[in-house]
Amino acid sequence: MRERTIEEINEKIKKGTVVVLTAEEVIEMAKEKGYKKAAEEVDVVTTGTFGPMCSSGVLINFGHSSPRIKKARVWLNDVPAYGGLAAVDIYLGATAIPDNDPANADYPGEFKYGGGHVIEDLVRGKDILLYAESYGTDCYPRKELETYINIHTINEAILFNPRNAYQNYNVAVNLSNRTLYTYMGMLLPNLGNANYCSAGQLSPLLKDPLYETIGIGTRIFLGGGVGYVAWWGTQHSPAVPRNELGIPKVPAGTLALIGDLKQMSPQWLRGASMRGYGVSLAVGVGVPIPILNEEVFHRAAASDAEITAPVVDYSDAYPNRKGEILAEVTYAQLKSGEIEVLGKKVPTASLSSYYKAREIATILKNWIREGKFLLTQPVERLPGPESGIKMKPCDIRKPHIEEF
Amino acid sequence: MKARLVLRFPPLLVDQPVVYKLVKDYNLIFNILRAEITPASEGLMVLEIEGEEEDFKQGLKYLEERGVKFQPLSQDVVMKEELCTHCGACIIHCPTGALYYDDERKVLFAPDKCIACEICVEICPYRAMEVTLG
Repeated sequence: MRERTIEEINEKIKKGTVVVLTAEEVIEMAKEKGYKKAAEEVDVVTTGTFGPMCSSGVLINFGHSSPRIKKARVWLNDVPAYGGLAAVDIYLGATAIPDNDPANADYPGEFKYGGGHVIEDLVRGKDILLYAESYGTDCYPRKELETYINIHTINEAILFNPRNAYQNYNVAVNLSNRTLYTYMGMLLPNLGNANYCSAGQLSPLLKDPLYETIGIGTRIFLGGGVGYVAWWGTQHSPAVPRNELGIPKVPAGTLALIGDLKQMSPQWLRGASMRGYGVSLAVGVGVPIPILNEEVFHRAAASDAEITAPVVDYSDAYPNRKGEILAEVTYAQLKSGEIEVLGKKVPTASLSSYYKAREIATILKNWIREGKFLLTQPVERLPGPESGIKMKPCDIRKPHIEEF
Repeated sequence: MKARLVLRFPPLLVDQPVVYKLVKDYNLIFNILRAEITPASEGLMVLEIEGEEEDFKQGLKYLEERGVKFQPLSQDVVMKEELCTHCGACIIHCPTGALYYDDERKVLFAPDKCIACEICVEICPYRAMEVTLG
């Protein structure tokens, strides 16, 4: 096929002649028509994912009171936020919990309310109790502030998630003889269940595995509004084993995402309470993949049967960072409801919502079809496998002891 | 006919063999799905009751006369549609298949299969399942 450019696709979007399919629909189409013919017809493939993404948070500027305060410490609905920025700028992380939460002192803790829930409440337009403390200065004399804020009263509310849309993820199992409560959900003893967390064939980075179209500056669906890829995400680890299509077999690339919280909706941003683990934020992300050439199409049309995930034991291998992989399973097997690990049939459960992932891909498809959403040329590409970048461990160094 | 009922016993009845009467006098087959009986306070029992329609009616009448309050179990267990994200983390933990995926991987709840074990309440990160028993 003749190569396509983003400009050409955008012209088609403006004219209303663009052909857009979701990453799920395109699999069927490729099967029916063959990759070559299908690639010629399809301009854009839309992806989607909806699952708990702990590395999320919101930057807020809550405005200046009279007299002014330069807050040193700050809480929103009793959940601590970071205040080591200018006078009224704060960052609230999704996993923050109130200072007086019993956490796992009452194991397994319930984690009823935390940063993720404050973000959801903000998006819902609810009033949030702001409490701030300071030491007072000549220019910012106030030492204490207690007031209500909501999304309309604050200046900016910028969702900035340092790591979202993980390209592939572990399937968590439990080889021990006691129940585990993890960020991958409840894991029953002796391989009682296997939990996974990826939309598989709908997931953004699994459909553009070599980061050929998704890069810094890519415009996306984020939390129901329009957002952007700000950078590669933390722990971005492109130099990992991949299959013949370039799809990583283990967790690999990640995205740092940014967007205006004021545009977003609670349908696509949800506080999550993971029993025995903590609080998180479920984030809805959708990324368009422009079909620039046949190779891009081929990868975007990969199905669950072609994407594998590693099975990892969360009683030992994960917590102790041993890196052992028990098995490789496909997302098709995971979605069938049962996989085989060490000769045992293990029922599977998903923490990521495939139903919502499909909804997101469909919404994005409609935005593009209706001419409401134009594609972007990335400002920079993300580091790919050729960069050699791999996630580094944190090896514990003993403090130097002076020798006498 | 067959039904799953939540029975609430007043404190005075807790030491009386009410369920035995259902079997002996009204030919009802029962299966206790759950029971919380504490002396001197209200008792709670989730029962599946099966029998001929007339026996069923008479049995319930007996319960009413004894001061036992009851209602269908389905009124005590609710899936809050607007809170469910359809991830399906609950499905494998549901012992009776009351929570399941439809063809589009949307999570559905069949109250008639629920035994109010409350495992889903513990599992759901979004608190979409609500059980108001007890």
